[in-house]
Amino acid sequence: MSKTNYSHLSNKKFILIISFFISFYIQANDLDNQKDILTSKEIQKKEIKDYILHHLKDSHDFSLLSYTKENGEKKYIGFPLPVIIWDKGLKVFSSSRFNHGKKVAVVDNSYYALYHNKIYKTDEKGTIFYDENKHPKNIKPLDFSITKGVISIFFTAFLMFYIFKNLADSYKKNGKIASGVGRFFEPIIIYIRDEIAIPNIGTKHYKKYMSYLLTIFFFIWFLNLLGLTPLGINVTGNIAVTFCLALITFIITNLTANKNYWKHIFWMPGVPIPMKIILAPIELLGVFIKPFSLMIRLYANISAGHIVLMSLIALMFIFKNWLGSSLSFLLAFSISIIEILVAVLQAYIFTVLSALYFGFASEENNH
Amino acid sequence: MEKLISEFSFGLFFWHLLVFVGLIFLLKKFAWKPILDTINERETSIRDALKSAENARSEMELAQADNKKILKEALIEKEKILKEANDIKSKTINESKDIAKIEADKIIKQAENLIQAEKNAVINDLKDQVAELSINIAEKVLKDELNNKAKHEKLVERLLKESNIK
Repeated sequence: MSKTNYSHLSNKKFILIISFFISFYIQANDLDNQKDILTSKEIQKKEIKDYILHHLKDSHDFSLLSYTKENGEKKYIGFPLPVIIWDKGLKVFSSSRFNHGKKVAVVDNSYYALYHNKIYKTDEKGTIFYDENKHPKNIKPLDFSITKGVISIFFTAFLMFYIFKNLADSYKKNGKIASGVGRFFEPIIIYIRDEIAIPNIGTKHYKKYMSYLLTIFFFIWFLNLLGLTPLGINVTGNIAVTFCLALITFIITNLTANKNYWKHIFWMPGVPIPMKIILAPIELLGVFIKPFSLMIRLYANISAGHIVLMSLIALMFIFKNWLGSSLSFLLAFSISIIEILVAVLQAYIFTVLSALYFGFASEENNH
Repeated sequence: MEKLISEFSFGLFFWHLLVFVGLIFLLKKFAWKPILDTINERETSIRDALKSAENARSEMELAQADNKKILKEALIEKEKILKEANDIKSKTINESKDIAKIEADKIIKQAENLIQAEKNAVINDLKDQVAELSINIAEKVLKDELNNKAKHEKLVERLLKESNIK
């Protein structure tokens, strides 16, 4: 399985610092056979690439930082998370049994191993069988583990509930005036209502969509910001999460759509009949493309942000001289600031577009 | 696309769906609804307050205009009253003066009349006395004439001196 080697990175302290910023550990797969022909710099580049790709994925344990001891042993600081899988019955165990993918977990006489952050059923040695496309052939049990992403989602949900419940309560205590942190969030809520919901949906129907629009805006925003913390969480850059968000927008759009909306899709009014026949499949495709674009946009923006930011941080270690490293630090710093803007921008775009689609769905026949 | 599908984690999707949908409903009940209701209420109350303030202001302006009008009227009234008072005053003074003059004239006339009457009386009395005296003198003169002419003349002269009529 995967093996890690850091010996060429002589300066341990350096790794400690960087790994604090980007929960550091590298799974350099298939390195053993290539090591002889690759120079140390190339190995480093590959490690960085693997590390970034690894970071973008969800993880079964919450590691804050890791470093390599003098004897080459890798040490992780963090905590394991519960693994919940369905494999002929519910099986729950701690992710520490995988020991960061190095061990095969034995649960009820079955063997499970981590490969690229996914759990596979294996034999007792943890062998992974590949098909011709180098994809693992092993059985993948249904994985409901509380991963790093799930923990972050729970955390964000609790945080949001706490903040906005407090805001609602502060109105009661304080005579309809917000107090505390709610003073910051109240104008944003009013902005979403006045600048996003009402212009796109209209005063008549906007109220029933407000809860969703507010929740999705703050949820995406908070998760995006959480992704910029040194905890190294990447939730909104995960396709499952953006798919779920887009799916809910899709379901709400189509469930609340009125006759007029469907008429515009299947039998466009005001155009000749041949055009109606041509337009119907295009419009029907549009119904699916709209939420699909939402999904891809958020995923791609956040993933790209993380990749760029981490690559720039990694550049510091590739340059290893004062000019290049400080330049890439400067770049990384400015990109971080831009990413803070992107965090709110992507949440805004997702909310605006959702509101726009709801607006289409609830538009009255007025032309 | 294939990479995206392979990256798709059903567990994360499941938990996310669960948490997110739960969060929407929880927040709707405990946060969004009360927050939006309060914001709406507050906006309505602010709008009402502004409206009533506007009303109050226009009412006050109206009242102020009324006050000004009343004040102006009062000033005019005052001027009028003052003028009237002045008129009455001067009129009264003039009338008084006239009356006083008439009265004074009357008194003076009365006094003059009285004086005249007195004078007349005195004159009459004097005339009577003079007549009596004259008659007496004439009598004496006539008696003396008959005695002594020169002596008579002297007597008349003396008598006249004695009577000393002015």
